[in-house]
Amino acid sequence: MTNLKKNPSQTSNVVLAIDDLKGYYKGTFGVVFAVDGVSFKVNKGEIVGISGESGCGKTTLAELISGTYVPVLHYEGGTIMIEDCNICEIDEETLRKDVCCTTLAYVPQASMNSLNPVKKIKNFIFDVMTERTGAKPDKPKVLKFVINHFETLGLDETVLERYPHELSGGMKQRTIIAISTLWNPILLIIDEPTSALDVTTQKLLIQMLLNLKKKGIIGTIIFISHDIPTLRQICDRCIIMYAGRIVEDGNMEDIINSPLHPYTKGLVSSIVSFNPDGSPESDLGSIPGQPPDLRFPPSGCRFHPRCPESMPICKTEHPPFFEPINKGHPVSCWLYK
Amino acid sequence: MIENNALLEVDKLTKIYTSGLIRPTKVVGAKEVSFKINKGEILALVGESGSGKTTVANMILRLIQPTSGLIYFNGKDINTIRLREYYKLVQVIFQDPYGSFNYFYKVDRVLNKAIEFRYGKISKSKKLNLIENAFKEIGINTEEVLGRYPYQISGGQLQRFLLARTLIIRPKLLIADEPTSMIDASSRASILNLLEFIRKEEGFSVLFITHDIGQAQYLSDRVLVMKKGLVVERGQTKDVFLHPTHPYTKNLLDSVPSLYRQWELD
Repeated sequence: MTNLKKNPSQTSNVVLAIDDLKGYYKGTFGVVFAVDGVSFKVNKGEIVGISGESGCGKTTLAELISGTYVPVLHYEGGTIMIEDCNICEIDEETLRKDVCCTTLAYVPQASMNSLNPVKKIKNFIFDVMTERTGAKPDKPKVLKFVINHFETLGLDETVLERYPHELSGGMKQRTIIAISTLWNPILLIIDEPTSALDVTTQKLLIQMLLNLKKKGIIGTIIFISHDIPTLRQICDRCIIMYAGRIVEDGNMEDIINSPLHPYTKGLVSSIVSFNPDGSPESDLGSIPGQPPDLRFPPSGCRFHPRCPESMPICKTEHPPFFEPINKGHPVSCWLYK
Repeated sequence: MIENNALLEVDKLTKIYTSGLIRPTKVVGAKEVSFKINKGEILALVGESGSGKTTVANMILRLIQPTSGLIYFNGKDINTIRLREYYKLVQVIFQDPYGSFNYFYKVDRVLNKAIEFRYGKISKSKKLNLIENAFKEIGINTEEVLGRYPYQISGGQLQRFLLARTLIIRPKLLIADEPTSMIDASSRASILNLLEFIRKEEGFSVLFITHDIGQAQYLSDRVLVMKKGLVVERGQTKDVFLHPTHPYTKNLLDSVPSLYRQWELD
């Protein structure tokens, strides 16, 4: 990575620093302000969950960070620093060859469908290797390495001899994660890995992610999911997004037990979750209305049309992050000014 | 032979799917499933994907023929009831609300067809009256949905719309097959609350099919746990979920991510 710009002022503890990132979808449908001014930092060794309703910009954010845009998505400003390289400034080919997989691995939603259906998993891995190194891989050596990697993750090596259709959904998902972490990336971004899986398979997958971290294969994970109970099992920190912006960013426990933003409060109170030691709470809340059409986002705070505690200032000005005393985590709401 | 308060009784229902002519392979969809749904009861059918939940629902809905076993509605074998009459008694809400609409027609058509089905040809003002009453009960704003196409309405709103349709038909039994799976968390609770409301106000029985243990715990009175076509555990919801006896149920409950506990993973 010699041609990448280095920025020595970055502290080494921060793996990912995003500042005022903007990404819009542009097309005949107009401009969709999908990610609009998102800033956050991820420290080394953290597992960060990003949650919110569908259409809040979670996946767009992940696509922007990993540089894998669909053609209608446009980068509109802001910086993304992964360790000390600003990936917004490097060209696509360098990004693909030098950054993806080695520094950053992105496992998109439904990525299990990206396995080649006419190739055995092992041959698929050889293909990936060839593409990455630019030379034909030394098959026995690579195979030994891959088997070793699979074993540390608790995957059976017989998987390598199979075709994708012979594997169950959970197995495919775990195989994909194993392949994308072959080069020990610093940061793994994983988008809704559990949403198509049964609960027992979900547990295996989460176990495997924790294993990856424990064995030192991956240092930092960003886990995107709409399912907060799943996030609770794995994440240290949770970021809640609404309509393309971050509304709250705090410890997982704080988000669940003492949410600050009215949206987070509504979201957490509407979760129907299994309670192993008693009856579930009787007063399930729900947030009236629907998320806004991001082509025409509301002025000021984007949550104000649905907010039960809306004030005049919410309609006109976008709230910056406040950090209420004694509560200790940033929240973007005028209530905490 | 059948108790008074049992609305639907399912007796040793078995469905075996076969495929292939020369060497047919068999897949057991449901095996000797028996249960009763009482009047005004919410029965949850939980299990992982492929456990046969939807197969059972489809057999009750007469969309597929059981291989063996019988279903009684109010003590009558359902095969002796005319299909048109049967669907006035049993209605369903499917997983994907968009799938229940024809994209070329406005959503109103679904309600008009439902009214014609239930009441025959009636005047326009009466129709509107019925629709408005149902909407009021469900809490939908008439202007927000009427005159629109399905793709212009959100999933949660459409699912609520389908519940309003059920209120017009007024069946005795409502089968809700994963009604919240396509809906966002923030409006999911409102659908569950509506199901509870319908049961309370209208006295419908509900067969609630879900893979989400939390929802089953929240809503149901009794629960059946299915695994590979077999009912492995049944009972009052609180008994089953607090003191599971079958190893499969125990394992399943242990794997559910919950807001109230963190897994002990090594």
